[in-house]
Amino acid sequence: MRVYASLIRLRAMLLLQYRAAAFAGMVTQFSFGIVRVMLFEGFYASSTAPQPMPFPYVVSYIWLCQALIGLLPWGGDGEIQELVLSGNVAYELCRPVSLFGLWYSRCIALRTVPTAMRAVPLITVAVWLLPPLYRLALPGSPAAALAFVVSIGGAVLLSAAISNLYNVFLMWTVSGEGLVRLLPPFVTLFSGALIPVSFFPDWLQPLLRFLPFSGVIDLPLRFYIGDLPAAAWLGHLAYQLAWVAVLVVTGRWLVSRGMRRIVVQGG
Amino acid sequence: MLGSLRLYGRYISLSMQAQMQYKASFIMFSLANLLNAFLEFLATAALFARFGTLRGWMLTEVALFYGLVNLSFAIAEAAGRGFDVFHRRVRTGTFDRLLLRPRSTVLQVLGGDFQLLRVGRFTQGLLVLLWGGVASGVSWTPASVLLAVWATAGAVLVFCGLFVLQAVMSFWTVEPAELANTLTYGGVEATQFPLSIYRRWLRDLFVYVVPLGCANYFPVLSILGRDVGLGYPPWLAWMTPWAGVLFFALSLRVWELGVRHYNSTGS
Amino acid sequence: MPQILVDGLTKTFRVARRRAGFAAALRGVVSREYTEHKALDGVCFTIEPGELVGYIGPNGAGKSTTIKILSGIMVPDGGQCVVMDRVPWRERLQHVARIGVVFGQRCQLMWDLPAADSFDLLRDIYRIPAGVYRRNLDELVDRLALAGLLEIPVRQLSLGQRMRCEIAASLLHAPPLLFLDEPTIGLDAVSKLAVRDFVRQIHREHGVTVILTTHDMDDIEALCQRVILIGRGRILVDGTLADLRRQVTLERRLIIEGLPAASVELDLLGARLAPDNGHRTCIYFDPAQIAPTDLLARITERYQIRDFWVEDQPIEETIARLYAQCGL
Repeated sequence: MRVYASLIRLRAMLLLQYRAAAFAGMVTQFSFGIVRVMLFEGFYASSTAPQPMPFPYVVSYIWLCQALIGLLPWGGDGEIQELVLSGNVAYELCRPVSLFGLWYSRCIALRTVPTAMRAVPLITVAVWLLPPLYRLALPGSPAAALAFVVSIGGAVLLSAAISNLYNVFLMWTVSGEGLVRLLPPFVTLFSGALIPVSFFPDWLQPLLRFLPFSGVIDLPLRFYIGDLPAAAWLGHLAYQLAWVAVLVVTGRWLVSRGMRRIVVQGG
Repeated sequence: MLGSLRLYGRYISLSMQAQMQYKASFIMFSLANLLNAFLEFLATAALFARFGTLRGWMLTEVALFYGLVNLSFAIAEAAGRGFDVFHRRVRTGTFDRLLLRPRSTVLQVLGGDFQLLRVGRFTQGLLVLLWGGVASGVSWTPASVLLAVWATAGAVLVFCGLFVLQAVMSFWTVEPAELANTLTYGGVEATQFPLSIYRRWLRDLFVYVVPLGCANYFPVLSILGRDVGLGYPPWLAWMTPWAGVLFFALSLRVWELGVRHYNSTGS
Repeated sequence: MPQILVDGLTKTFRVARRRAGFAAALRGVVSREYTEHKALDGVCFTIEPGELVGYIGPNGAGKSTTIKILSGIMVPDGGQCVVMDRVPWRERLQHVARIGVVFGQRCQLMWDLPAADSFDLLRDIYRIPAGVYRRNLDELVDRLALAGLLEIPVRQLSLGQRMRCEIAASLLHAPPLLFLDEPTIGLDAVSKLAVRDFVRQIHREHGVTVILTTHDMDDIEALCQRVILIGRGRILVDGTLADLRRQVTLERRLIIEGLPAASVELDLLGARLAPDNGHRTCIYFDPAQIAPTDLLARITERYQIRDFWVEDQPIEETIARLYAQCGL
């Protein structure tokens, strides 16, 4: 365990250096937020039918979503892909750490550091520098804030597990690359990054609640805005961690098969 | 002029040849592109299912705005990629090579990086546009088809103008300009929907400063047979894509200034 | 009528000073400090049509700045520059149509496609008439041994093959003036010789003016009648290679094989013995003081030798000492 912790810390320190890259993109996220908030404002003005969430909740959701967009498991790690493509990944077997664990630690760092660097300034602006109607509200209660934080923790592990699976898929070159390209759009959609998951049609809800993706963005955000009672934190954390376990087990199994394949083929 | 067009044509055919060398990758990429754009539209459709209308606009009508601007952006991304990635040329010093050839730098930059795989978003835009065109009950006349094409051209020119401005920034700074990204991607986000749903300041931004709304909103209004309203005169629909032409011409002027600066400081 | 006339060229760069640390970076956003770097400080030379000139100098001396100005992609701060009756940066399009430039470290050919496609593109870019293009291309393919290479994607070619294609690409439009920047860098011996032979050929047969910028002194020695040395923005030496040598030292060396240096006990009349090198004896002498034949006679009178030859100071050493002499 300690090995993984220091691996994560090392990677995090490296990522912290990319300050410029973190700040870049913030302005774009902010503009996306403004447009989406106004879009929803337009929608809410057009209908009196009851909606899954009141408008102020949606506003906060949108801002948090933009701030925490770094949590989304976008794709495989470029460096790892290089290793796999060149066949040098075989050297990784010499390390005293499991390959899967090594990659997983990297993913965790990759999900947290850039996100944090970008989220803090964006949230600051959204909370204090916007007119009341468009503002990001603070959490309803300390309990909600705590539930949010715990849920974010689960989300990080979950997101890292998903992106780590992409890394593993890359061991199967052509078909793996295909999966790594074609899955992210679905993951993004079902995670609630475009619209809150509860806005999808009712008949889709059971499926979306079952799949792990909503645990990455939608779940923590709902704790923050109060759409989910803070007391429900444990049950939902269990759901996130259950999926993490499934993905990790699958990932490890795939890695051992993938390594066998690469060692035989020579990369 | 004709010679330049022919040269551009040769550039495009060479780009396609070069990219077709990686056929599998190309297909996957385009497919992912298409999927991404399509799923975004699905999210919008889900919202319409919940709210019914967007300030009086039906999904089928919104589809016209949506499809047209995505179509235009795809074309601009394909044709104008040279300027989009221009900062790389400056960094590696390959811009010098372009200056050493007896041709316009603009032509060479545009031609050198034509990117076919934008066909994914292009297809999505086209499909959405066609669906909206049929489902919204618009009676298409040769004039309205021509207007749609003209509007697309205008929007393409605005996007390309933004790419050019972004490229010019790289003569002065090392990092690619964030603002241009905000205006292109943010611009697509915003003008996908009829400008009337937004607050005045956002509308004015996309009509007077970055005339994307100009090239998209007013022509589509006219095609839908809607009254222009909002305090804008009626003949605007046919004139507005000219704003795109003007914007692009201005951006080229700024480009000349940038090149002159490069010539005197050597980057 | 000189083809290139350069008089009093000056160029100063303002370089922003960067300092490490977050606080300094923040401060840097508000106020920038600049240091001035004088790249060119009154450069003057003329080059007649058909010359083969080497342009050398240590790094940062102003070589690439000069070349950039001559090729029209940089504007000087002051001074005069006329190339083929034009001011390069003022009439860029017409000027670059008549020059060829080869960068040894950068490839202008398209990476994923065969060189033939890049050549066709250049034909269109330079608006070369079809007949002229065919003729030029055939000659270049013949002279640079490119047959069979043109249909292979450039990324699959070896460095030597790529360089030859690169050189061909720069000559498709038959420019009367050619700039070569490190053309043999990284090449193996065979390719280097091929490139040198080719440059000599086009220079001799087509009267192409060649300006060669390189750190490889063997290239200079093999090709250049005239050498211009630039240091710290100024022209320090402008003459033949022999002139350059003479400025550093007149010393030549007599190498004798089969005679250990330790066993030579002879009055060498001012010549000096180099430190022992096993079976080889090296004697440095001044030809003005003693003729090589006399020196040789003295030695063979006394000793048996197996072989001998006379050589100049290695050109690299000469150049290094020249730099030192000029305070570079």
